Amino acid sequence: MIPAPFDYVRVGSLDEAISALVEHGEDAKLLAGGHSLLPLMKLRLATPSVLIDIGPVRELSYVVDAGDHVAIGALTRHHDLHHDPVAVSQVPLLSMVAGKIGDPQVRHRGTIGGSLTHADPASDLPAAVLALGGTLVARGPAGERQIPADAFFSGFLESALAPDEVLTEIRVPKAVGGHAYQKFVRRAQDWAIVGSVVARVGDRVGVALVNMGPTPLRALAVEQALAEGASAAEAAERAAEGLEPPSDNNATAEFRRHLARVLTRRALAEAGV
Amino acid sequence: MKVKLEVNGEAHERDVEPRTLLVYFLREELGLTGTNVGCDTTSCGACTVLLDGESVKSCTVLAAQADGHSITTIEGLASGDELHPMQQAFREHHGLQCGYCTPGMVMAAVSLVKENPDLDEAAVREGLEGNLCRCTGYHNIVQAVLDAARSSREGAW
Repeated sequence: MIPAPFDYVRVGSLDEAISALVEHGEDAKLLAGGHSLLPLMKLRLATPSVLIDIGPVRELSYVVDAGDHVAIGALTRHHDLHHDPVAVSQVPLLSMVAGKIGDPQVRHRGTIGGSLTHADPASDLPAAVLALGGTLVARGPAGERQIPADAFFSGFLESALAPDEVLTEIRVPKAVGGHAYQKFVRRAQDWAIVGSVVARVGDRVGVALVNMGPTPLRALAVEQALAEGASAAEAAERAAEGLEPPSDNNATAEFRRHLARVLTRRALAEAGV
Repeated sequence: MKVKLEVNGEAHERDVEPRTLLVYFLREELGLTGTNVGCDTTSCGACTVLLDGESVKSCTVLAAQADGHSITTIEGLASGDELHPMQQAFREHHGLQCGYCTPGMVMAAVSLVKENPDLDEAAVREGLEGNLCRCTGYHNIVQAVLDAARSSREGAW
């Protein structure tokens, strides 16, 4: 399978990337590791006229301890996030989830920024960033703005980024307490049929679900029940409340609701909630 | 567009369409047909090569993205008639049945052992999760990789 023809532009800095987005308009797409975009282009589900390759922008690959939070450059590869000592010690959930994406080859190419902007409800990292209560930093011609993870995923494969904005950094609070990711798959490297992420951040317990609706989403009913003093088992029963998961070859919507409850119960137990 | 890659230690420059995938660049432009195309959807790992020493699925990398970088394919592992220790281990343990997944398996295994030669069986199985063997001949493949990892720890490669 070969993608439809496109023009290729390579940029070496963030400023060049923003200028290229402004110049080429809405038909242009940023290319990072390409492990979400290229498969779509090979299936001709995406046919951008221009690809702006930001792979060489090394200034966007980092994990740093920023005091009360950890800042991750958008072009940090899953492999690097998984092994990074700051991530491992200060936000072990994110490091662990990065190591569960796809397979080693995918993790050598895929980036956290690519995964988040692709906004696939079946992806692992968006749910982890939601559970942690992260903030996304975007930069465009008008400057920089911060977007709470809650407000970032706006629809199926759609994010709150404007066409001329670049996601530059992901900020997550330090969270060294209990955490868990329960990922239900039929084969090791597959996308999650359903996943449940639990993160303790200070006194709060964040819970987010994979593949339970059109976007990555938080299990708000579970979080609320926990905040009101429900037991973990009681709270987990509410995991599918108000959600409309898809039915496909892997699972019916009803089976997905069941999985959300079971996986959330297991994840809460594993996180010591 | 012009791309310039170092493949198996040799510089190659070609004029290609931007949409050219690395695997087709290797097979059709350079005639290096040891790298197989299996699923063509980033799943099976048959097309695995090393990009700057790390395993990648070459059906999901543009030749343009590899411009200026170094690629190693299965053809580049042996030194003359002497097989790479990973190839030798696959041979000794009969780590193949039909052989279609073998080039990708070997390249993924080389990358895995280079990252961390201190592997147990579970780590090998997990580390090869991106490579499918439809003959389901995994057992001998895992034995081969464990053996090669041992020789790497002993400084043989």
